[in-house]
Amino acid sequence: MKKSGIIGGVVAVLLVGGAAAAFAIAWRPPIAAIEPAAKRSFDPAEVKRGRELAALGNCNSCHTVRGGKNFAGGLPVPTPFGTVFSSNITPDPETGIGRWPEEAFRRAMRAGVDREGRHLYPTFPYDHFTNVSDDDDRALYAFLMTREAVRVSAKQNQLSFPFDHRVMIAGWKLLFLHAGAYKPDTSKSAEWNRGAYLVEGLAHCGACHTPRNALGAEQTTASFAGGDVDNWRAYPINAESPAPVPWDADALYTYLRDGFQPDHGTARGPMAEVVSNLSAVPAGDVRAIATYMADVFGAPSPVRKLQGETVLAQAKQNAAPPPESEGGKIYAAACAGCHDSGRPPPYGGIHLGLSTAISAGDPRNLANIVLSGVAPVEGERSPIMPGFAVSMNDRELAALLGYLRLRFSRQPAWSDLERTIAEARRTQTAYVQNSAGPTNAPADPAQRDKP
Amino acid sequence: MTTLKVNGRDHQVDAEPDTPLLYVLRDDLKLNAAKFGCGLGQCGSCTVIVDGKAVLSCVTPLVLLEGKQVTTLEGLGNVSAPAPIQRAFIEEQAAQCGYCIAGMMMRAQALLQRVRHPTDEQIRAELGPHLCRCGTHMRIIRAVKRAAQLMDTAALAPTNQGIAR
Repeated sequence: MKKSGIIGGVVAVLLVGGAAAAFAIAWRPPIAAIEPAAKRSFDPAEVKRGRELAALGNCNSCHTVRGGKNFAGGLPVPTPFGTVFSSNITPDPETGIGRWPEEAFRRAMRAGVDREGRHLYPTFPYDHFTNVSDDDDRALYAFLMTREAVRVSAKQNQLSFPFDHRVMIAGWKLLFLHAGAYKPDTSKSAEWNRGAYLVEGLAHCGACHTPRNALGAEQTTASFAGGDVDNWRAYPINAESPAPVPWDADALYTYLRDGFQPDHGTARGPMAEVVSNLSAVPAGDVRAIATYMADVFGAPSPVRKLQGETVLAQAKQNAAPPPESEGGKIYAAACAGCHDSGRPPPYGGIHLGLSTAISAGDPRNLANIVLSGVAPVEGERSPIMPGFAVSMNDRELAALLGYLRLRFSRQPAWSDLERTIAEARRTQTAYVQNSAGPTNAPADPAQRDKP
Repeated sequence: MTTLKVNGRDHQVDAEPDTPLLYVLRDDLKLNAAKFGCGLGQCGSCTVIVDGKAVLSCVTPLVLLEGKQVTTLEGLGNVSAPAPIQRAFIEEQAAQCGYCIAGMMMRAQALLQRVRHPTDEQIRAELGPHLCRCGTHMRIIRAVKRAAQLMDTAALAPTNQGIAR
C-alpha cells in the first residue's frame, strides 16, 4: 500500500469515527407520542401542587406574553446569539405538549431535549431544572396538562450561524449541563436544604442573578454576582450586594412574599413577576428560599452592618434642605413629598437612602423606575409611584439621577447618565409590549380560571 | 415669580417651585377643567397636555415646566366654539357624572395628535390609566373615534381646529 493510501485511510477512519462520536453525543431518540390524556385523569391534589411549583418556577414569566393566552409562549428572549422565542407549553396536541408523555416532559426538564429528540436552547433553564425531583416533575406535568389548550405555533428563532444548528447545543451541554438530583447538605437544616433545592433548581434564581460567560452559561465561579435581564440589572445577591441595609432571612421573606420590604423597597421590572408568583406558593417554601439566600448573602461585616444602621437612623431624621442644584430642586418638588414623608405606602415611599437602585453600580434600574413609575398591582395593596417619562426631559432626569446618587449613596458619581436614560426610554417601550407583566398571569390558586 | 405658558399665553405665577401644576391652574389661573381626583398620579382626572404629551398635573411641579407649553381643555375650545374632541364627547353623550371626562379628553387629544386614526385597541390602551366609576366607557371610545373624523373635517374648514401645543 502506498503511503498516501495509508494517510487517506487514517483520515477516513478519523472522519467516520469523529462523525460517529458527534452523532453519539448529539443524537437523542424520539419518545413516542401519546393520545392527549383526559384532564380528569389527573389527581386534583397533584394539579394544585403543580400550580404552586409552576409559580415557584416562574414559568409564566417567559411562557405567557402580554395580551396572550396563558402558557402559549411566543416571548422573544434576546441573547448575544440571536433571539429565541418561548414555546407553547399548553396541552394543545399539535402546537403544544399535548402528545408528550410524562417521560418526555421529565427528559425536557432534566436534559433539555424535546419529545422528538431535538436539543432545546438553554434559554429554557434546564441547567437548573435538571435537579427537580421526579415527584415535582410529575406535579408540574399534571398542572400543565390540565391548562387550557391553545393552538399557537412556535415562532421561528432568529439565531446567527452556527448557533442556529441545534447540534451546537449538545456541545454546550457537555460543557455546562451538570445533570443530577439535588444532594442535601447534611450539616444544614432541612429548611436550608429545601431552599437550596428550590433556588438552585426550579426557581432558577441564578439564571438572572449570575453573570454569564461568552457561551451564555452561568459563571460558576461568580454565583449570584449579578446579571442582566431585559435592560434591568439583576443585582448581586451575595456578599457583593449593593443594598444599603444588609439583607437577612426575615427581610428576604417579607420582600419575596409581599413584594415590598420597608428597609429595601419594592420589587420592580422582571422581579415584580417573581414576587407576584411567590405570593401564591406555600409560605414555607418562601421561608426556605429566604433562609438559603440569607446564607448566600452571608453575615454582613461589622463595617457593613454599621453602615446599614447609620442609613436607617438617617432615614428617620428630618430631611436636610436640598442644595440649589437643578437635580436638588427637582427632587424637592417631585420626589420629596412622598420619599421624605415618612409615610408608609401607598401614600409615601421609602427614604431614598435605603434604595438599592441608587447605591448600585449601574443606573439602569433607577432610570427605568423614574421613567415608568410603579404601577399598582390588581387586587393588592401595593406600592405606587407615578412615572415621569413625559413630564421630565432627558436633561432633567439626568440632573435628578445625578443628585440622588450624590445625596443618597456613598458611591462615586455615574457617568454618561443621559445615554442611559435615552436607552431606557427606548427599551422600556419594547419591554412593556412583550412582558407578561405582574398582573397578567397571577398564580393565585383562588383564581380558578387563571393559571 | 414664575412664568408659565398656558393655552398660548404667558402667566406670571406667584407660587413655590414644588407647587403642583394642577393647583396653579385651578387656584391661581381659575382654569377648572382639570380635576383633583387622587392627588397621587393614579386616576388621570388632572390630565393636561404639556408639549404635546398627556401629563398628570397633580404630580407635575412648577419646576418641571420652565419653557414648556401647557394646554388645558379650556385651551382647545369653549361652549360657543367647541373643539372637535369636545363636540364629539357632547354628540356621543360620553359623560355621565363627567368628573373624569376632562382628563380623558386631554389624553385622547394627545393620542389623536400623534395617531390620526387610532384603533379601538390603541384607544383602550391609551385611556387605560384613567379611572371612571360611572360606565360610559363604550361611548368614550366612540367619542374618540368621532373626534378623529371631526378633526379630518376641521382640517378642511377654517373652524376651531382645537390643536394643543
